[in-house]
Amino acid sequence: MNTMTEQVLTRYPGAGRDKLIPILQEVQETDGYISKEAVALIGRHLGVPASKIYGVATFYNQFRFTPKGKYHIMVCRGTACHVKGSADILERIERALKIKAGETSRDGLFSIEVVACIGACGLAPVICVNGEYHGKLTGDAVEKIVKSYQEREAAHGN
Amino acid sequence: MEQMRANGSAISFEQGETVLSALKRAGIRVPTLCHIECLPPVGACRICVVEDTATGQLIPSCSFPAAPGLSVATHSVKALRARKTIVELLLANHPDDCLYCDRNLTCDLQKLAEELGVRQRRITGERIAQFVDNSSPAIMRDPEKCILCGKCVRTCEEIQGVSALDFSGRGSKSRISTAFDRSLNLSTCVACGQCVMACPTGALTERSSLREVLNALQDPKKTVVIQHAPAISVSLAEEFGLPAGSDIMGLMTAALKKIGFTAVFDTSFSADLTIMEEATELVERVKGGGVLPMITSCSPAWIKFAETFYPTVLPHLSTCKSPQQMLGAVIRHYWADTQGLDKKAVYSVSAMPCTAKKFEAEREEMLVKGAPDIDAVLTTRELAKLIRMYSIDLGKLEPVACDLPFGERSSAGKLFGASGGVMEAAIRTAHYLITGRELENLVVAAVRDGEGLRETTLTLGGLTLKAAVVSGLGSARKVLDEVAAGKSPYHFIEIMSCPGGCINGGGQPRGLDRDNVKKRLAALYAIDAAATLRVSHKNRAVADLYGKFLGKPGGHLSHELLHTTYQARTDLL
Repeated sequence: MNTMTEQVLTRYPGAGRDKLIPILQEVQETDGYISKEAVALIGRHLGVPASKIYGVATFYNQFRFTPKGKYHIMVCRGTACHVKGSADILERIERALKIKAGETSRDGLFSIEVVACIGACGLAPVICVNGEYHGKLTGDAVEKIVKSYQEREAAHGN
Repeated sequence: MEQMRANGSAISFEQGETVLSALKRAGIRVPTLCHIECLPPVGACRICVVEDTATGQLIPSCSFPAAPGLSVATHSVKALRARKTIVELLLANHPDDCLYCDRNLTCDLQKLAEELGVRQRRITGERIAQFVDNSSPAIMRDPEKCILCGKCVRTCEEIQGVSALDFSGRGSKSRISTAFDRSLNLSTCVACGQCVMACPTGALTERSSLREVLNALQDPKKTVVIQHAPAISVSLAEEFGLPAGSDIMGLMTAALKKIGFTAVFDTSFSADLTIMEEATELVERVKGGGVLPMITSCSPAWIKFAETFYPTVLPHLSTCKSPQQMLGAVIRHYWADTQGLDKKAVYSVSAMPCTAKKFEAEREEMLVKGAPDIDAVLTTRELAKLIRMYSIDLGKLEPVACDLPFGERSSAGKLFGASGGVMEAAIRTAHYLITGRELENLVVAAVRDGEGLRETTLTLGGLTLKAAVVSGLGSARKVLDEVAAGKSPYHFIEIMSCPGGCINGGGQPRGLDRDNVKKRLAALYAIDAAATLRVSHKNRAVADLYGKFLGKPGGHLSHELLHTTYQARTDLL
C-alpha cells in the first residue's frame, strides 16, 4: 500500500513504541511528510493507536502532515532571528502565500516550515528556499522574494 | 493500618495508599479534576494540593504516598489560595457562557469556582477559536470548553482500549484531538460515552435529541411512544437528588404519561424477547456446528468496537438486534397495526443509559422497509431534563404500571442492565430449552457482581457449555484475541462495553462514582430476588407475541425484524 513506509518498517522488526520517533523521522525523510496511511501502518507495526502517533508527531515541529511544496521555505525562528524580527517575516510569508507554517499551498508550489535555528545567525533574519539562503530580510524584501519565485513559476508555465 | 495526620487529627492508611485515598476514607473531601479513582494517578491538574505542615510545601494528594509521620493541612490558607489560583488560570481562556452550557449547574469547574470564591476574572488568557464537533450521532465535542485534564484520553485508552482521543500539539497549542484532527465520526470512536461521564466540563456531551422529541410530542399527526431500558429505573432517581439505587419505575412511567407519551413500554420486555431469539440461536449453533463461541450483540459500542478492531470476529456475534431495536421493530410493524395506526405516524422514542444507542438507532442496517426501528434516543440525563422541562414533581405522582402488551417482563430481562445479566437470563432459559426443567437455583452467582472476566461451566442435559462474561472494552481485548486466534475455550461470551454494564453506561448520571454503580447493581438484584416471574421463557406477553405475530423464535419474521448484519470497518485512516 505504502511501500516506502513498509520498507522503513522492515528495518525495525519487532520494534516497540520506543522506536516511534526514529521511524517517524525516517518515514518523513523518504516520503517528505507523514501521511495518514503511514501513521496507520506504523501504528499496526508498533501496536500504537493512530491518535497517539499523531499526538507525538504534533508535539515536535519537525514533522509535517502534508507533502512539501515545489518551493519549500524554511523560516528561521532562532534567537538571533527572533530578535531581528523573524515573527514578522513569517507572518508576511504566511499572508503572501495564504498558508500557515506546516502547510502546503493548494497548487502544491509552496510550503512553509519553521525551524529553530538555521545556523546563519550573521544573516538574521534569514530564510532558506530549497537550499538557497536569503538573509538580512525585511518584511518588504521577503514579499519580493516570494513574488520572484511565483513569477519564475509563471514563466515556466508559459 | 498505619497512621498519618490530617488537620491535626490522626487518620489511618494502608501501605501503598495515596494521601487522597486516606483522606477520603477519613471523610475529608479534597477536590479533584484529573483524578480517576480506578486508574493510577497522574497529578496533572494540581487542584488536590494539600499543605505539608512540616515543610509548608504543597503536595498533590492524589499522587503523594501516605506515610507515617506525614502531617497535612487540607484547607490551609496556602492550599485554598493555590486551588483558587489554579481555577482562575483554568478559567483564563474558558468561555463565559455557563448559562447556555449543557453542564450549567452540573459542571465540576463551575462548582469549584463557586466553592473557592472566584468572583472576578483576574487572569485573561488568549483564546483559540475552535469548532464544535457535532459529526458523531452520539457525542458532541466543544474543544473551547476543554481544560485538558486528560480524563477522556485516559478513559478511552486505559479503560476502553479504544484510544480515539489523545493530546496533540504542545504548550499553549495543546489540545485533545483524534488522529489527524479528524471529526469524531471518522475516528475510531465507538460512541460508548465513557469520556462524557469522565468530562468535568461541557467539552464532551451527548448529542441531544430532546428537540426532536419535543417537536414530535407537539405534532398532532404523530403517536409518540417511549420505551425505557432496564437500567434507567434504578438510575434516574439520582438526577432528582434521591439516593442512588432507588427504583422509581412507577413514578417515571407516571411522569412519562403526564408528558404525553401515548404508551410507555419496558425494554426489559424485549430483553426477554432477545433471550428467546438468542438462546435459540445459541442452541442451533451448538447443535448444528455453527460458529462458536457466540458473542452477545446488545451493546452497540461493543458492536462498533468489533467492527473496527476485530472484523474477523464478526461471524461470532449473535445476529440478534439489541432489545431497543427489537422493541422498536415490533412497535412499528406489529403494535401500530393492532392500534389501527399508520406505521409511519408512530414516533418511537427510547430512553437509554447509553450514548452508543443513538449511533445504533441511526445504523442503516436498522431500517426495515425504509423505516427506522427507533426515531430518537434519549439518555438518562436527557430523560431527566425532559421531566424537569415539563415541571413535573415526582414526589406528587402516583406510580403507574407500563403499558401492555410490552409492559410485562421477567426479572431476567431486567438483569440486562448489569454486566452478567444477559448471560444469567440466557442460562436460565437455555437450561429450560435444552432440559425441559427450570434451574434449581436461578441465581447464577459465578457471573454476578465482579469486574473483568468471569466464567462458568454449565451442564445442560448432555451438553457442557463454557460461558464467559466481561465488561469494559479494554478488558474484552484479551478474550477477543483468543477468539480471533481460534483458541477461545468458550461457547458463549457476554460483552458489555461499559465497566459493570449499562448501569454504568455513558448516558447515565455523570461522574465516575463506583459506589453509586454498586447501589444500582444491588437494586437490580433486589428486583430479581423479589420477582415472581424470573425467566424470559415464561413471559406470557412474549409467548403471545410469537403466537399472534412472529411465529417461532428464529423464524422467518424474526429474521426480518429482529436480526441484523454487521459491517467490517477499519482502524486505518
